[in-house]
Amino acid sequence: MIPELGQGALLAALALAAWGAGAAAFGARARRPALVESAQHAALGVFGLVSLALGLLIYAFLTFDFAVRYVAMNTNLGTPFYYRITGVWGALEGSIVLWGWMLCLYTLIVILRHRERAHELYPWALSVLFVVTAFFLIVMTLAAPPFARLTPVPADGRGLNPLLEDTGMITHPVALYLGFTGFTVPFAFAVAALAAGRVGDTWITLTRRWTITAWYFLSLGLLIGGWWSYHVLGWGGYWAWDPVENAAFMPWLTGTAFLHSVMIQERRRMLKLWNVTLVILTFALTLFGTFLTRSGIIASVHAFTQGAVGVVFLSFLAVVVLVSLGLLAWRWDALRAQGELDSVLSRESAFLLNNLLLVAAAFTVFFGTVFPLLSEALRGVKVSVGAPFFNQVNVPLFLALIFLMGVGPFIAWRQASLRHLTRNFLVPVAVGAAGALLFALLGVRSALAVLTLALTLFAAATIALDFGRATRARLGRGERLLPAMGGLLVRRNRRYGGFVVHLGILLIAVGITGSQAWSVQTETTLRVGEAAELAGYRIRFDGLQASEESNHFKVTGAFTVENGRVRPAVMQPSKKFYRQETSPIAGVDYWIGLREDLYLVLGDFSRDGRQATVKVQVNRLVTWIWIGGGVLTLGALLAILPERREAG
Amino acid sequence: MTKFIAGGAIILLAIAYLIYAGVTQSVVYFVTPSELAAAPEPGKAYRLGGLVAPGSVRWEPQRLDLSFSLTDGARSVLVRHHGTPPDLFGEGRGAVVEGRWTPEGVFRATLILAKHSEEYTTPGAAGDAGYRELLKSLRGSP
Repeated sequence: MIPELGQGALLAALALAAWGAGAAAFGARARRPALVESAQHAALGVFGLVSLALGLLIYAFLTFDFAVRYVAMNTNLGTPFYYRITGVWGALEGSIVLWGWMLCLYTLIVILRHRERAHELYPWALSVLFVVTAFFLIVMTLAAPPFARLTPVPADGRGLNPLLEDTGMITHPVALYLGFTGFTVPFAFAVAALAAGRVGDTWITLTRRWTITAWYFLSLGLLIGGWWSYHVLGWGGYWAWDPVENAAFMPWLTGTAFLHSVMIQERRRMLKLWNVTLVILTFALTLFGTFLTRSGIIASVHAFTQGAVGVVFLSFLAVVVLVSLGLLAWRWDALRAQGELDSVLSRESAFLLNNLLLVAAAFTVFFGTVFPLLSEALRGVKVSVGAPFFNQVNVPLFLALIFLMGVGPFIAWRQASLRHLTRNFLVPVAVGAAGALLFALLGVRSALAVLTLALTLFAAATIALDFGRATRARLGRGERLLPAMGGLLVRRNRRYGGFVVHLGILLIAVGITGSQAWSVQTETTLRVGEAAELAGYRIRFDGLQASEESNHFKVTGAFTVENGRVRPAVMQPSKKFYRQETSPIAGVDYWIGLREDLYLVLGDFSRDGRQATVKVQVNRLVTWIWIGGGVLTLGALLAILPERREAG
Repeated sequence: MTKFIAGGAIILLAIAYLIYAGVTQSVVYFVTPSELAAAPEPGKAYRLGGLVAPGSVRWEPQRLDLSFSLTDGARSVLVRHHGTPPDLFGEGRGAVVEGRWTPEGVFRATLILAKHSEEYTTPGAAGDAGYRELLKSLRGSP
């Protein structure tokens, strides 16, 4: 019964979404509010129906309804309660349902926020949102139906991919999809602006907080993904330049560029065409990312399935790009800039360079990701470029971006005078240089590490200088220190939220630098009683234990670790054998610290339990990546708050 | 304005050079055992994909020395690797190894990517019995 109900709900939602798209567009064109109102009702209906479908899918998971193929593939009788719910988005079909549901939710929020003071752009944007929703409903009903039946009904299911049985997996896809779908809203308003011929600043003002919200969730998704990779996959890394990571990183880069370039348009009436293009590009990249992930054309640890989904996504991507280009060409005259660039030493040119570098980084990531496809198509040679390519090309770009992070927000508009430059940058440059000297004297031998840390210090010093001056100005008006600082963060939340995000990025840069430059590892085979030594740690192998868990068998190693600073303690890395998997999954054990993490992975072991191979890593400063991530998301939240800027 | 166009062009050229240098330095060629055996070039970076030949895996835990043959049915190539075999690795299964061909006639792998199977497998009682036996033998140990 559930499969038919679910499929029926999705089909009805598709019909309603198609009606809504047409009604909103025609209502906008013919200025018929009744039609727009009908589209709003349709949106409510679509949301209800997709919620019903999602609810039915969750219910099918909770009740082990193996008549639904998707449930049988992604759960089994041993799956714990929470992972039966998260299993809903553990693979392709369900994640598209979640995605579609979020889009419907966003559409409702757009309606709630805009229907009262309906702006000219609003019905057009509503229509675009309906079109995108309808596309996802087509995927759900035709290309990857979550409610497909499985006959005969099996007694037990296959089970969730065990790697996904982790709390990170509950939140990572949710955050990532909220980010991906979130960019649909600014895209919808940009297309609406083109369709209505109103390409001024309105669509940017209307969507500013939407863009930051989408960016916030996308950043959160990327960070949780890195955390999951580090804590679950057992290779000790947080980023592998895997095609699917890249798929999420590209829209993050262009979205970041967009967040910066809108400031130029708001202030100087320039870059109209560029901003519309960037937001279209960002949305197109979210679709492209899904295409990469789901089509199976590029081998990746994330790629679940192959099939018609890739073709469907590629077709929709082509439609989006062609229609957008058509609209851009149509409104070409209106998109020309009103302001002019005056000087190289100005905030405009710093922001331009920032955009150039971010888009270039997105392009290099794109190029490296599709390079195997290009090479095979053009030269017939199967090749790939791995992490070395991405690091080599992107590290200089990101270093330049960190430098600009210190320059861009503090240099004058139009043209910076020498006096202004000295006043704002002399101290930070001195701080950066002193830092470089200090690190070199402390014996940091990697030139790249010294350079990165010096640039990071420079950028942090510019922020501190600005914040210090603004606080002092408030103190001069008789405020106390803490209220003055808090007032700055709250009243000028857009500016200072942005700076907090920048500080988060700087901390992440420190973490990446430290883990790349100073981490050490070893791998060794130990007999019971023998010990390995690494970076001041002594790791003694005490033996193996075995146990049977609800849905897997587990072999746990006991290692006594001492390092002179703390009391000896036992670490227990394990190997888990799941019935549905032909090979075991590593269970990492780690100590987390601000300075370094100790990271243990159990490798091979002898069947009598007397000997085991263990991989030991001492990963330096990795924790600062997660701390930086926390700071970054706090800053983004601050910037999302409505602006409450004081007069004057 | 010309200043900006010139500056932008210089930056774009620099980025293009970065990409070009990056590709030429880190490009890795995908080959099958037959293709590698036909024209092996020592020192060139390869990704070699094939089936781990049954009966060919030798693993010495004390020296962390792993060796096995990758085959495509027609030819097979001897691969050596320093380190524990990854979880998905096993005889008769697909694997992709990254590394270089050495003049001694051995492929030296720096990375083993075992292939993950997405096929539907019914949870077998045979597998459970095997695990239970493993648990018993481990519990029997001191």
